Amino acid sequence: MKKVLEGSHAVAEAVRLAGVQVVSAYPITPQTHIVERIADFCAEGAMNARFLRVESEHSALAALIGASSMGVRTFTATSSQGLALMHELLHWASGARLPIVMADVNRALAPGWNIWDDQTDSLSQRDTGWIQLYCETGQECLDTTLLAFRLAESVNLPVMVLLDAFLLSHTYEPVDIPDQESVDAFLPPLRPRIALSTSAPRALSQMAPPNVYMEMRHSIQKAMDETAARLEELDAEFMERFGRRYGAVEAVCCADADIVLVTSGTITGTARQVVEDLRAAGQKVGLLKIKLFRPFPTTQVREVLEPVPKVAVIDRNFSFGATGIFAQELRAALYGLSRRPEVFGFVAGLGGRDVTEKVVREIYLHARDNAAPDSEAIWVGLSEVSNGA
Amino acid sequence: MELDVVDREYMYCGHVACAGCGAAIAMRFVLKALGEKTVMAIPACCWSIIAGAYPQSSLQIPVIHTAFETGGAVASGVRAALDVKGDTETTVITWAGDGGTFDIGFQALSGAVERNEDFLYVCYDNEAYMNTGVQRSSSTPYGAWTTTTPSREWKKMRKKNIVEALVAHRIPYAATASIAYPEDLVRKVKKAKAMKGSKFIHIFASCPTGWRIPSEMSIKIARMAVQTNIFPLYEVEGGVRYTINLSPRGYLVKEYFGLQGRFKHLAESDLDQIQQMVDEDWEFLQRRARAMPA
Repeated sequence: MKKVLEGSHAVAEAVRLAGVQVVSAYPITPQTHIVERIADFCAEGAMNARFLRVESEHSALAALIGASSMGVRTFTATSSQGLALMHELLHWASGARLPIVMADVNRALAPGWNIWDDQTDSLSQRDTGWIQLYCETGQECLDTTLLAFRLAESVNLPVMVLLDAFLLSHTYEPVDIPDQESVDAFLPPLRPRIALSTSAPRALSQMAPPNVYMEMRHSIQKAMDETAARLEELDAEFMERFGRRYGAVEAVCCADADIVLVTSGTITGTARQVVEDLRAAGQKVGLLKIKLFRPFPTTQVREVLEPVPKVAVIDRNFSFGATGIFAQELRAALYGLSRRPEVFGFVAGLGGRDVTEKVVREIYLHARDNAAPDSEAIWVGLSEVSNGA
Repeated sequence: MELDVVDREYMYCGHVACAGCGAAIAMRFVLKALGEKTVMAIPACCWSIIAGAYPQSSLQIPVIHTAFETGGAVASGVRAALDVKGDTETTVITWAGDGGTFDIGFQALSGAVERNEDFLYVCYDNEAYMNTGVQRSSSTPYGAWTTTTPSREWKKMRKKNIVEALVAHRIPYAATASIAYPEDLVRKVKKAKAMKGSKFIHIFASCPTGWRIPSEMSIKIARMAVQTNIFPLYEVEGGVRYTINLSPRGYLVKEYFGLQGRFKHLAESDLDQIQQMVDEDWEFLQRRARAMPA
């Protein structure tokens, strides 16, 4: 059934359809519409779940660590400062191999207070052992959330579903809501690999001395290694059942391209239009959308970009002292190739500044008209500011 | 005297507590009172170590070891999961030290009991961060030496009154207990287990290592803490019905303090002042109990 929904509500619909059993959340703008809708579902009986209205994001994830350890399906949502507060427990959830699913609405970190779109919140959690899936549309939010549960439960790692603040979380689009029966066939009730029980007592997450700790960490990486293949299988199954697929990456017009724009999240939608227009004007430009950020889809990225002369990465995020984070990851992924494209790293749209078609077109022209970048990170559209000197 | 306690042990002898550890004694009696239908969350504390390293565990119940400040929240999640599975019989317990309760875990504890989650929170109190080597907590008593309150900088703040903070949440049950009074302790745990909603038990658990006492003095010191009125045994139902379980006419503060290395720097005048503080606290408790009897 098609409905016009906010990205937030698309996530909530997926959580309802997934039959999540325990939800725990703390409010933060712009995540609130997700958890408010889930609270409605619980209150109306559309969801048979326990909803814990905890006193912080830290406790939101802690409660899910408790619940997931008992072998039930769990979900939370947060954003920005809330995700940062969860940091300790992000490590805990993956270390304990719990298949928790979380939606994070990408929002800038303070100070100064800024509630608008910026991916630095989730990208700065890249080393916590969570799978990260970035969304472009409302439909993709719903589909990705459903996929996230299957993926998490198949590799026993937590999954983060990412959607841009307001541009996706609060933007209404037509979204096809699958019926419960089809979802149940794709996502049956959880058969947990970890479930504490009083009839067979065990300890979870206890002390792990040097003789075992490394093997435990290595097993997390093995699960990460498995993830790309699992996602591909699940994607194929999803396509068969629902007629949509996303892939770890999506390449548009890349085969003969001189320049490929690399994007994630909602900037992708804008870049699609720019690529279409430029193609119509005879420019050989392509687009690579990266959906799966962790584990980084190195193989797929290499496959698409190896023959391309130039790549222009657009990062709505930044790692201080380094570069945009997708650019950084991409450069690392391409390093092993004997013939590598020239990588231009652009930083744009931090803290919700608009990345319009004009901005994307400027980025394209900059990459086209320069043989090589003059710096590792090119900040787009900066105003002249005084440093007070 | 014969104790009304089951013979069955839920704690193996291979645990790694120090000799005379009050926290180990407390665990043993609490588990005897709760039985096997129990799931335990242990935030960072001495028991994170005492329980043993992977792949062994000295506890015969399911345990989730978890981060320092999460005791109240993890237990809430465990309870929620059991509830959705239709299991209302299993008891959920958080087992935390004073640092994880009075300090870093206080927010999650306050949140959990404000929601009146159906669980038992036990704080075993050894009055400092013992697992990390005797650093001061807000449970450390006035006058005590710790490694972060050394020499002339001995602690000059009162111990936080955690039970009254919990009572202020109007939870169904809050009580103190001591390893030196196991029959009282077991009765309180059984009583808490039978009640719905949030229950809090504050157990005085002596620490020979951190208190600078011989290990064989552990129980005696714990008993003296009660007998001096430094750690009175009482319980509060619904946040308003007080029962003082024992009205001792026992030791003076200086007799209790004199046996412990952690207080040896105190002058006679300090001890007199602390005696006054203890008398005053005891008087306040008695007044509350008279005003709001069970």
